[in-house]
Amino acid sequence: MAVTDSLSRAATVLATVLLLSFGSVAASHIEDQAEQFFRSGHTNNWAVLVCTSRFWFNYRHVANTLSVYRSVKRLGIPDSHIVLMLADDMACNPRNPKPATVFSHKNMELNVYGDDVEVDYRSYEVTVENFLRVLTGRIPPSTPRSKRLLSDDRSNILIYMTGHGGNGFLKFQDSEEITNIELADAFEQMWQKRRCYHFSFSYNELLFIIDTCQGASMYERFYSPNIMALASSQVGEDSLSHQPDPAIGVHLMDRYTFYVLEFLEEINPASQTNMNDLFQVCPKSLCVSTPGHRTDLFQRDPKNVLITDFFGSVRKVEITTETIKLQQDSEIMESSYKEDQMDEKLMEPLKYAEQLPVAQIIHQKPKLKDWHPPGGFILGLWALIIMVFFKTYGIKHMKFIF
Amino acid sequence: MAAAGAAATHLEVARGKRAALFFAAVAIVLGLPLWWKTTETYRASLPYSQISGLNALQLRLMVPVTVVFTRESVPLDDQEKLPFTVVHEREIPLKYKMKIKCRFQKAYRRALDHEEEALSSGSVQEAEAMLDEPQEQAEGSLTVYVISEHSSLLPQFCPPFGSMMESSPIPEEKQVQLSWEYRLPLFFDPQEPLTSLTPVSVGYEITFSLLNPDPKSHDVYWDIEGAVRRYVQPFLNALGAAGNFSVDSQILYYAMLGVNPRFDSASSSYYLDMHSLPHVINPVESRLGSSAASLYPVLNFLLYVPELAHSPLYIQDKDGAPVATNAFHSPRWGGIMVYNVDSKTYNASVLPVRVEVDMVRVMEVFLAQLRLLFGIAQPQLPPKCLLSGPTSEGLMTWELDRLLWARSVENLATATTTLTSLAQLLGKISNIVIKDDVASEVYKAVAAVQKSAEELASGHLASAFVASQEAVTSSELAFFDPSLLHLLYFPDDQKFAIYIPLFLPMAVPILLSLVKIFLETRKSWRKPEKTD
Repeated sequence: MAVTDSLSRAATVLATVLLLSFGSVAASHIEDQAEQFFRSGHTNNWAVLVCTSRFWFNYRHVANTLSVYRSVKRLGIPDSHIVLMLADDMACNPRNPKPATVFSHKNMELNVYGDDVEVDYRSYEVTVENFLRVLTGRIPPSTPRSKRLLSDDRSNILIYMTGHGGNGFLKFQDSEEITNIELADAFEQMWQKRRCYHFSFSYNELLFIIDTCQGASMYERFYSPNIMALASSQVGEDSLSHQPDPAIGVHLMDRYTFYVLEFLEEINPASQTNMNDLFQVCPKSLCVSTPGHRTDLFQRDPKNVLITDFFGSVRKVEITTETIKLQQDSEIMESSYKEDQMDEKLMEPLKYAEQLPVAQIIHQKPKLKDWHPPGGFILGLWALIIMVFFKTYGIKHMKFIF
Repeated sequence: MAAAGAAATHLEVARGKRAALFFAAVAIVLGLPLWWKTTETYRASLPYSQISGLNALQLRLMVPVTVVFTRESVPLDDQEKLPFTVVHEREIPLKYKMKIKCRFQKAYRRALDHEEEALSSGSVQEAEAMLDEPQEQAEGSLTVYVISEHSSLLPQFCPPFGSMMESSPIPEEKQVQLSWEYRLPLFFDPQEPLTSLTPVSVGYEITFSLLNPDPKSHDVYWDIEGAVRRYVQPFLNALGAAGNFSVDSQILYYAMLGVNPRFDSASSSYYLDMHSLPHVINPVESRLGSSAASLYPVLNFLLYVPELAHSPLYIQDKDGAPVATNAFHSPRWGGIMVYNVDSKTYNASVLPVRVEVDMVRVMEVFLAQLRLLFGIAQPQLPPKCLLSGPTSEGLMTWELDRLLWARSVENLATATTTLTSLAQLLGKISNIVIKDDVASEVYKAVAAVQKSAEELASGHLASAFVASQEAVTSSELAFFDPSLLHLLYFPDDQKFAIYIPLFLPMAVPILLSLVKIFLETRKSWRKPEKTD
């Protein structure tokens, strides 16, 4: 094992050296290094917001995620760049006394559900496998664009996760877990793809925020560069919820996210607040747990990192100053215009009923289901009954059956 | 009796020892390797050595150049020297302090008859037309026509179809070489950092959208189908070597820009200044439906007809002057143009007013933006060289050549790094499964990279580009195959938890009996020593 390790390490070093000397147009370390120390070299922003808990009493986790979603949208990241995963539907839950709303503040001050929420992964689609597939890009080809994280090596990604967790794991849907090693490996795979520069599912810088019990254990195992992590509590501590609402009957938010949100409400797309202020949010007196953060993997100093580098979106825009000369072809334009007019008159509007074979659908015969042998439980039960009978009365009673 | 009994038990004990030894032998020699082999992750063989060899691949680009001399441009005694070939190698520095070796294979020859005729014609256009027809220029090749300085085709200029005209009194080797030095970097000077250009992909989706926020006042009609057929399709056909393009269009009503324009009383018009432009795109983007269009990168071109309350609307640059084109673009996304309705059309005060969009003006801007998004910009011209304007298609062949060269190199770099990353990842994370089809994709990618490098070195640009695209597609398919996630994380403590209940009950008696046998044999060795 050690031999292969050292061999692979040597191969990695050699490969890196050869790659740098290869005459390709790879990353511009030499020129931009000075710039990178002061500015983030990112050109677009992505956000992956995950709520992993289901059931009505975990209302607060959905409210957490939706609040972060709202802030991130307000600061400029468009829906096409946000992957929102909610494990359960609280707004349309039958136990919700105020349907179509998710409140994040007591007395129903703030409805974070709104009109334009775009949930990409909902309900049972939020699984560890899907989450890892989104991060590493190993998605089946039939997945639509809105469900993909199409980041490239100049994307800053914000990953926010909330739910129930423990030392080294995070619980998904009350049935499976993601461990901190899996997460670290996923980030390493994203980092490995960094040296290519088109849709390559990698990242420039990554901010990882987790609001669960013992959240700090989730970022302990990261080993890829350019990751900054924040957690709501240390190992051995529980993250607590903020306030219950008597009208709705559940706790509405978690403390850490509540204070983070208060902090974010004061940020606008042009503000210069940096990460050190975010680290100070929710001290132990307010949060009861001790929030933690990890910056050793991050290249820049946190005080130079703007909040809007991760929560907002930068869109590079250039004025178009040149045009090309096209030859006008007025004759063709006029004739095609006339053609279109005539086409419009001739076309009859299609009727809906004629487009669908309604008659066929209504009068469908029920499909014959294939016969399956009785299930294991029934068989087992009968076997048990027969066994008991013969044990009690002896095998000679079989003749009464046949 | 007792001795017989003792001998019998001795036999029994010996048999027992042999049995225990045999069990242990079977378990260790057969069982352990069998278990190891059946539980290792399946990895089809990959060409690791070839992949690491790709890193050391030296890219060589070859440009076949033909220099044609007309009769008047060359004195007779020098004409004897023609035709001959000279090979000239040069390292072209790209950005980021990287270099590519470029090899110019120059074949000097005399002009053929039809070329003489063409070059002695009166005007440039006629010369171009006559030179263009008989020759089918291969992509990536260059032809230089040397004409005498008394020719009527001067002043010098660079015609659009991959050929150049130059005049020199005496075609000395030195002079011609000198002119190469500053002429050919035209082709290898990427002015834009490559990350802000449209990403390389097999296909692209171009969407034209008309935004009409005020249908009560403006009844906008645009002949987009005709414009696409007439102006956009020829351009895309010319650019066809770079990928498959599909075009669609839509009209959106009541779509506002996210920014309120300000009123400028001096010109009694509304304006959007440069700093508010980045915020214009995000609110509109969600309504464009670009995510539903296709999996290829989408380029959106928006034509915005401002509402009556905010007409006319101009875009101001950083100096406060209105932009001539009234348009701006965002790299990797697309462009937006604001189309102001002519105030004369409001004279008849019946609303809604019919607005016919002047598609020529619009398409001039959109096609210019499309060129910029692909990185086809005006190059820095060397001295004594004039550039003739683009053809009716909007794209010159040498611009296309340049794009293909840059993209081939980029594709090769991408494919190489993907394959190298995959190899490194497999070394680092030992639980990744490599199925046979993934392995075949890797082999295909490696072969394609090698083929593309060969084709570039021999100067066949079109096939090199196709091979490089194949390399990228195969390497991406291999790296992002969904099956690679299969057995990703299998931690050691879980492995122990699974195997201990199976192996421990079996292993303990075997080990204990082995220990006992060993101790007894050691005792029996020592005993004879003691008695002696």
